[in-house]
Amino acid sequence: MSDVLLLSRFQFAITVFYHFLFVPLTIGLVILVAFMETQYVRTKNPLYRQMADFWGKLFTINFVLGVVTGITMEFQFGTNWSEYSKYMGDIFGSPLAIEALAAFFLESTFMGIWLFGKDKISPKLRAFSMWMVALGTNISALWIITANGFMQNPVGYVLRNGRVELENFWALVTNPYAWHMFVHTVVSCYIVGSFFVMAVSAYHLLRKQHVEFFQKSFKYALIFGLVAATATPFIGHKSASFAAKMQPAKGAALEAVWETQEGLPFHIIQIPDPENERNLVEFLTIPKLGSYFYTHSFDGKVTGFDQIPKDERPNVTIVFYSFRLMVALGLYFLAVVWYGFYLYRKNKLLESKRYLKLVMYSVLLPYIAINAGWTVAEVGRQPWTVYGLMRTAEAVSPISLSQIIFSLVSLVIFYTILLIADVYLMIKYAKKGPYASSDVKGGEVQHVS
Amino acid sequence: MSHETLAIIWFGLWGLIWTVYFILDGYTLGTGMLFPFITKNRQERNQLQEAVGPFWGGNEVWLITAGGATFAAFPTTYANMFSYLYTPMMLILFALFFRAAGLEFMHKEESPRWQNSWKWSFFGSSVALSFLFGVTFANLYYGLKIGPSGYEGTLLSLLHPYGILGGLLFISLFIVSGSLWIMIKTTGDVADRAYRIARPASVVAAGILAIFFVATSNRTPLFTNFTKLPVLWIIPALAFVASLLTLLFVWQKRIGLAFTNICLTIFSMMATGFIGMFPNMLPSRIADKYSTTLFEAAGSELNLKIMLGVAIVMVPIVIGYQLWSYKLFKEKISKETAKGYQ
Repeated sequence: MSDVLLLSRFQFAITVFYHFLFVPLTIGLVILVAFMETQYVRTKNPLYRQMADFWGKLFTINFVLGVVTGITMEFQFGTNWSEYSKYMGDIFGSPLAIEALAAFFLESTFMGIWLFGKDKISPKLRAFSMWMVALGTNISALWIITANGFMQNPVGYVLRNGRVELENFWALVTNPYAWHMFVHTVVSCYIVGSFFVMAVSAYHLLRKQHVEFFQKSFKYALIFGLVAATATPFIGHKSASFAAKMQPAKGAALEAVWETQEGLPFHIIQIPDPENERNLVEFLTIPKLGSYFYTHSFDGKVTGFDQIPKDERPNVTIVFYSFRLMVALGLYFLAVVWYGFYLYRKNKLLESKRYLKLVMYSVLLPYIAINAGWTVAEVGRQPWTVYGLMRTAEAVSPISLSQIIFSLVSLVIFYTILLIADVYLMIKYAKKGPYASSDVKGGEVQHVS
Repeated sequence: MSHETLAIIWFGLWGLIWTVYFILDGYTLGTGMLFPFITKNRQERNQLQEAVGPFWGGNEVWLITAGGATFAAFPTTYANMFSYLYTPMMLILFALFFRAAGLEFMHKEESPRWQNSWKWSFFGSSVALSFLFGVTFANLYYGLKIGPSGYEGTLLSLLHPYGILGGLLFISLFIVSGSLWIMIKTTGDVADRAYRIARPASVVAAGILAIFFVATSNRTPLFTNFTKLPVLWIIPALAFVASLLTLLFVWQKRIGLAFTNICLTIFSMMATGFIGMFPNMLPSRIADKYSTTLFEAAGSELNLKIMLGVAIVMVPIVIGYQLWSYKLFKEKISKETAKGYQ
């Protein structure tokens, strides 16, 4: 692999991971904030307004970096993947342009209205603005995943004039691969949002400060997380089995299947050995369950790597472990929210220090899970950039090594500075809680109107 | 509608989206360039933050839309423009990071060092963005060193006198726009200081524009289309007249009219550029056959049709709610009530 290609891939991976540190929280948290605003409209209880202000502030700190790191993504298709852009632009460009027109304008404009109008405008308009931001972020996810869906499962195109041209727009926007990914992604983002709110709330509940405020926040996040984490295994399973059907090489990598077989067993503990095309360890085996996962039949036939040419295989180790990690974390989230729900019903949430601590320290895990999921989607598609149509090696820009080194090094430095500033601010404002310290007198919390 | 007509319509829209972006972000970039010099304390900084705060995010999306529209409607232009101009594009990107973070993070921490760093990063990135965009567009008018195997220049080969003049032109226009915007949106000392800058700035901007047009005529092929169809001379003439009217209205202290005229200057200056480039999108200075024209770069007929439909539906909606947000925040911001980014 040439250095420019390798470094371009590296740069893309770094920038997309950075971007995806901010996006899931944006997509997940905004729904909770909008809901709090709605509750304020309905009940006129000032607590809800304080909740919306506090969580909304954390939302905005996160939002700005989601925006700027997103611009990098848009630029990069042209700067670093110009051959890709020429070949695919007729199909890939339009979802991006529509994303800007239908989503970015909406979220940015209403974010501005909410941020600078929140003390002037009516509660209804505040709630409306936040719902518009929520709509914008979710529409944005839909269009960018429509673009990615084409890379995973090209539909509605024709090869003409030496490039891929749009033939059927409807097929592009109803691409089942994209819809599977969209639902899986946004629901996973809701888990990120709910765990974030639960973790920050747990921090304060452990210190017995602003109890009413954070108990209520915790409750909403818990319910939100309960729905999302419960739905995710089903959605994720559908998404993975569909992906495996459409991209057999990715499918084979998910469970490291080396030989095509019927009645594939499932190994709870498994260590793949790609060099020798076998598994080094297969332990705690459940017969035929693997086939069931892939085909919904215990005797279904699962394609293994023996039927896939070597130059059309992804990196099995990365895909396999990322997939396992994502699934394991997904099951962990399920356990955390249901146990939390049990404690909540028994009214034992506040006393369960160990549980609150567990939740607090779990704040980063949904981020890891969702990034592991995208690793499966993207690394699993290799060596293709557009599945079956274009290899990643053909997509790269004819730029010089010094250019890519310059941009890669600068991006890493600048992103690190921004990330440090962002995390510092997030922690500072999350710890500060909803009231300024001068408002707390003798342990009594004064409501700020 | 034929494929060719569609492509020409999209070329017009492409130019229009860039132009709208420069008109709208121009005042925020200008505010950024003036920011450290016309604010003396936290309250005044809050005033300026609030003068641009509700709008700049939505305005910046016009840039993202310009990128997206280039990608969708002219994939080859998008691919060539961004990869030929790799380094300036990256610098623009980095400046966008620090403009946003500078503006929004500045007051989120009390330490003076923190506030100063972000203040100057807001300033520096605003200067860099204005200059880089000016250099980039001047080079599009001038022609890029595009040969048979793509771009043959470096970052430095963009920084010839004409390119630098383009950078200075953008800086001066945006400073005028920013100073007038500050006067429209704020009261008190900052507005007075902005006025003291607006007066000389409007003279400088009109002067640089005149020099830029003379240089354009001497150094670039941009005016060829105008000699072919002389009625088009109205557009650059309008740019020049509007820049003089801006100057006049600034000195008469009729700020609304002055702001309208600086926007008109930017509009007709950009329009002059796009008309002059037509049908090229990335003109080559080496030989015309290496230029990227709108016809060879255009997307398929179906794609252009669908995107046109989407634009016809979505753009009025976007303009509608953006105008509404301007109406919502139409009050002048005073020192006493300004909150800025908290």
